[in-house]
Amino acid sequence: MTRVVTIAALGGSALLLAGCELGPKRSTQTGYRGAGLNQIIDPDTIAQATAIPPAPYPLPPDGGPTAGESYQNVKVVANLSKERFDHLMAEMNQWVAPPEQGCNYCHNPENMASDEKYTKIVARRMLQMTQTINSKWASHVKTTGVTCYTCHRGKPVPDYKWALAEGTTEPTTILRNKHGQNTPNQNVGYSSLPYDPFAQYLRGKAQIRVASSSPFPSSNHIVSIKATEQSYGLMMHVSGALGVNCTYCHNSQSFRAWNLSSAQRGTAYYGIRMVRDINENYIESLQKVFPAYRKGPHGDPYKVNCTTCHQGVAKPLGGVSMIAQAPILWGRAMPRAEPEGGANAATAVPAAFAKPAAMTARK
Amino acid sequence: MMARYQNMFTQVQLRGPLEQGPRLPAGSFRRIGTGSYAYWAGKLGAAQIGPIYLGKLGLASLICAFTAFEIIGLNMFASVGWDPVQFARQLPWLALEPPGPQWGFQMLVPLAQGGWWQMAGFFMTTALILWWVRTFVRARALGMGTHVAWAFGAGIFLIVTLGFIRPMLMRSWAEAVPFGIFPHLDWTAAFSIRYGNLFYNPFHCLSIVFLYGSTMLFAMHGATVLATGRYGSEREIEQITDRGTAFERGALFWRWTMGFNATAESIHRWAWWFAVLTPLTGAIGILLTGTVVDNWYLWAILHGYAPNYPGTGVIDPATLPGAPQ
Repeated sequence: MTRVVTIAALGGSALLLAGCELGPKRSTQTGYRGAGLNQIIDPDTIAQATAIPPAPYPLPPDGGPTAGESYQNVKVVANLSKERFDHLMAEMNQWVAPPEQGCNYCHNPENMASDEKYTKIVARRMLQMTQTINSKWASHVKTTGVTCYTCHRGKPVPDYKWALAEGTTEPTTILRNKHGQNTPNQNVGYSSLPYDPFAQYLRGKAQIRVASSSPFPSSNHIVSIKATEQSYGLMMHVSGALGVNCTYCHNSQSFRAWNLSSAQRGTAYYGIRMVRDINENYIESLQKVFPAYRKGPHGDPYKVNCTTCHQGVAKPLGGVSMIAQAPILWGRAMPRAEPEGGANAATAVPAAFAKPAAMTARK
Repeated sequence: MMARYQNMFTQVQLRGPLEQGPRLPAGSFRRIGTGSYAYWAGKLGAAQIGPIYLGKLGLASLICAFTAFEIIGLNMFASVGWDPVQFARQLPWLALEPPGPQWGFQMLVPLAQGGWWQMAGFFMTTALILWWVRTFVRARALGMGTHVAWAFGAGIFLIVTLGFIRPMLMRSWAEAVPFGIFPHLDWTAAFSIRYGNLFYNPFHCLSIVFLYGSTMLFAMHGATVLATGRYGSEREIEQITDRGTAFERGALFWRWTMGFNATAESIHRWAWWFAVLTPLTGAIGILLTGTVVDNWYLWAILHGYAPNYPGTGVIDPATLPGAPQ
């Protein structure tokens, strides 16, 4: 009898421990001591930055006839030199198109100028999007910038994307109705939080902030616990997408307080607005262009979230900038938006913003 | 002999005629069975199981508890489309959710939109209160004090505060706790985030002090009684007035190790008050949250209660001119 109990106890303990991640963890202090400001990383499971593909051939010098003069129906980068335009096309071929189709993925080989393939319409819009990201959203992508490869990684459709979630939206039945939560889902770190924070926060512009700015209740600040769980779900997505814990951006003393937060929280603030801009103006606007097999169960095109670029890494592609090989993607050719934060942003945004390490220094 | 008191499980089990209890008053239900000895129950407590007496209150309480349990379980089962495999796999995630904020504090919300939650909550609360009355009535019937009933009542007060009194004060069922394993934990975390970190709620602090204090007192007291068991320390109540060598040794041990010792009476009052104050202070903290204080961190800053860590110099981008909102 004792033996049975012993075996049951040992087996039970082993089963309970099966959920643990074995092996040493790496812990880095990222802020003021005593406030739990650490990044804890399991070197065995943390996502590694993928390798950067070599350039198809060296970037040719600028100058000479433009693409607009050399080819027909060039709309976005008509002022780019023909040499650089050819180079960009070769890069897009490598970054996005499936190898077996190559140029023909977007172009009709008989008539390269034709817009008959939907992929070409999408590619043109994506070029504008990339330029917008690199110019208007420099507040998020900084001087690293993005290229097609940041999301696509050599595939025609990025691996990480989202569409409106399946599941009943019928509120009057309990059958198969989980109210959009209480399901093991990677989006929210396998918690029971609402697992589709994207529709509300990355397509819509729902208020993410839930804690009050005043110590005392006010009729101007009515936020339910359910709304808090939605917001919490979005934060779990950000955490999973970047492979970081809460204190990468927040100080757990007060998740709300900006003066205790790290500079990365500001970067994330702009990132969330950038994703909304991408989804609304560059993807939803292609609703009619995308064929049905490029859309989700509710017929909306696949959209981006933090994972689309980050893929489990705090800086996509390990922070390596590829844009020097495609300078047109900076988008300087098009009218640039006001710098984020207005003309005085350079002084208004504190130094810590540009230099995240500064926050760890004692003030 | 010594090792006997260092074992995790009870070492001594008595066997003899089964205890049947005093004669029941007229009009009572009959006791069920005559009882039997269970060896494994004897490892944890008394080896005798039964006879069982439920009575009207106990029966009514169990029916209500079963009803609540079934409402919760069947709602969870329905949420996975009556799939038994998914029910077992996803059970820790499944929930019965309270009504959404759009319903305010309305009674009789449609069943699928929170009405089942209201019913489950009603039956669970009724079961608890009926069981509370049972502990009170049984204690009186046995000529005991009603200490157990009031301690149990403190726990019930916290449950009712979380699920009814505070939602009523906030005029919203959406403030209440869902039924479910992970869902109620996520609710707890969300509650703290929404109200600016419950860590800075002083009544939350008190509740933690009493909770941790309870475990420490329990460990100290249990250890002392076991350690002096060979001298007859189990006669704890007699030792209030007639200390005896077991108590003297335990008292000396604590006086010499920490300079102070409880008495055989006071240690039980310490334990009772610590246990009772854990949910009572917790419930006060819950009642103040959202009703009197909306952000505990800012409240703590206001009262010089939160430590002031050096700032990072980061500014809320939403306050910068021209920043996207």
